[in-house]
Amino acid sequence: MSVLVVVECDGGEVKKSSLEVASYGSQVAQMLGTTATAVAVGEATEANLAKLGEQGISKVLYDAEPRLKDFVNGAYTKLIAAAAQKEDSKIIVLANSNIGASVGSRLSVRLQASLATNVVELPKTDGGSFVVKRGAFSGKAFADVKLEGERKIIAVKKNSIEALHEAGKTAQVESFSAQLTDADFADAPKQVVMQDQAGGILLPEADKVVSGGRGMKGPENWNLIEDLAKAIGAATACSKPVSDVDWRPHHEHVGQTGITVSPNLYIACGISGAIQHLAGVNSSKVIVVINKDPEAPFFKAADYGIVGDVFDVLPKLTQAVKELS
Amino acid sequence: MKFLVCISNVPDTTTKIAFTPDNKEFNKAGVQFVINPWDEYALTRAIELKEAQGGGTVTVLNVGEADTEPNIRKALAIGADDAIRVNAAPKDAFFVAQQIANVAKEGAYDVILMGKESIDYNGFQVHGMVGELLGIPTVAPAMKLDMSGNTATLEREIEGGKEIVQVNTPFVASCQQPMCEPRIPNMRGIMTARTKPLKVVEPTGDAPRTAVAEYALPPKKQGVKLIPAENAGELIKLLRNEAKVI
Repeated sequence: MSVLVVVECDGGEVKKSSLEVASYGSQVAQMLGTTATAVAVGEATEANLAKLGEQGISKVLYDAEPRLKDFVNGAYTKLIAAAAQKEDSKIIVLANSNIGASVGSRLSVRLQASLATNVVELPKTDGGSFVVKRGAFSGKAFADVKLEGERKIIAVKKNSIEALHEAGKTAQVESFSAQLTDADFADAPKQVVMQDQAGGILLPEADKVVSGGRGMKGPENWNLIEDLAKAIGAATACSKPVSDVDWRPHHEHVGQTGITVSPNLYIACGISGAIQHLAGVNSSKVIVVINKDPEAPFFKAADYGIVGDVFDVLPKLTQAVKELS
Repeated sequence: MKFLVCISNVPDTTTKIAFTPDNKEFNKAGVQFVINPWDEYALTRAIELKEAQGGGTVTVLNVGEADTEPNIRKALAIGADDAIRVNAAPKDAFFVAQQIANVAKEGAYDVILMGKESIDYNGFQVHGMVGELLGIPTVAPAMKLDMSGNTATLEREIEGGKEIVQVNTPFVASCQQPMCEPRIPNMRGIMTARTKPLKVVEPTGDAPRTAVAEYALPPKKQGVKLIPAENAGELIKLLRNEAKVI
């Protein structure tokens, strides 16, 4: 039996979060004395799939069926179940993404597997038990969860696991068919609308984020956020009040009912730090807060802070980054 | 059309999280519980769709012990017609999904809605498990839901964009903003909610597949290091040399 890893691809490339998932899976395989096989979904190239060897993957299964380019819940679930059967996999690792959660939850019922999502660490396997650590209470706590049964599915939180890079190692790419039929594509999307990404960095995948709140005073001032984001290679985000008044699109809203991010660096500009906002960002590794109100609650959750006017501070930061490079 | 809306009873957002001395359970003492904020989108959208159709019912379902009833009544006050409580602590996602699937099957519901995830356990699992148990499509997470006859058109959020998906009833969707503006109860709703039917049923199905061995709080932050605004550029040096993040 090998550990099965689900890698999501987009535009030919393996997503960053899936490199982390692959690294997680190969380390679990090593713990259990077996190998890790990946099954790829989305649009991939053979060369990029072979490079998954660098993350410790020995073999990659790829079904070139063109309708698998877009996410189709029914078809993806069947494909991964078939791959798990072929590899006799007892452990399946996927990303805690919208795709991973949609497929993982269905698979857990189909394969009678236990499931843990939002997992942040490698499992502990002392004394025959299998325990994973996962985020809970909207980033305010962790839970060690014991997974019962023979089969287990683990959805790994983005940016929690360091991706391995063992240069020069390659995986064997094998074509694979799950014998998908039209019925498996019944819930295929009628249309896929991709966002216009400022700077080309997807917020859920970003390892740096520059975020603005009401303190930015209006959408016309977002160039200050974008300039700094571009200078440091970050994605842009916003608080809920900002997306509620349509200064910025909903998909940039981070917080309790928006996107949860856990980047290495989160820079909050003119955001007071309401508890609902913190719930979406509190697992970021380094938090920087810029706010003119020294009493803003966000400073309590921050690692670095500047008490000052964002309109004065942001251009100075962008300038300082340019001077570094 | 029959809508089934699943709600969880969760600690209010502002709750300071604490655990029992053995760290095995969340400490409920003194904690205010609310309807899971994500579930409010599901509830309000179901009510809106029922109103637009000029008929049908919205049933609210909770898997929980008797102490969840105030929030079930609140959902009835917001506009659900009746409620079912499965009398059991929600042990894990699979256990809850089985209860929902069972109620959905018995009641032959057309549309099963819930929030994207609960703000306490953050599982984001129940939707797919229910769909698979019932053998019907799931759309998760859905940002928009419109019905035309038995066909639903939904916008599903994917990383970096959205998919427009069409499914026929019955189906499951897990909801998130900007699907609707969640409603709050009005006085008339609160009055009528008192007499709306709330049925209590006993749980069925298999044992949970996961168990929490231990909860822990994240390590405390060191405290903020403040940099004077006139020296803002210094921050960038610290982020590079000290925090090593740029």
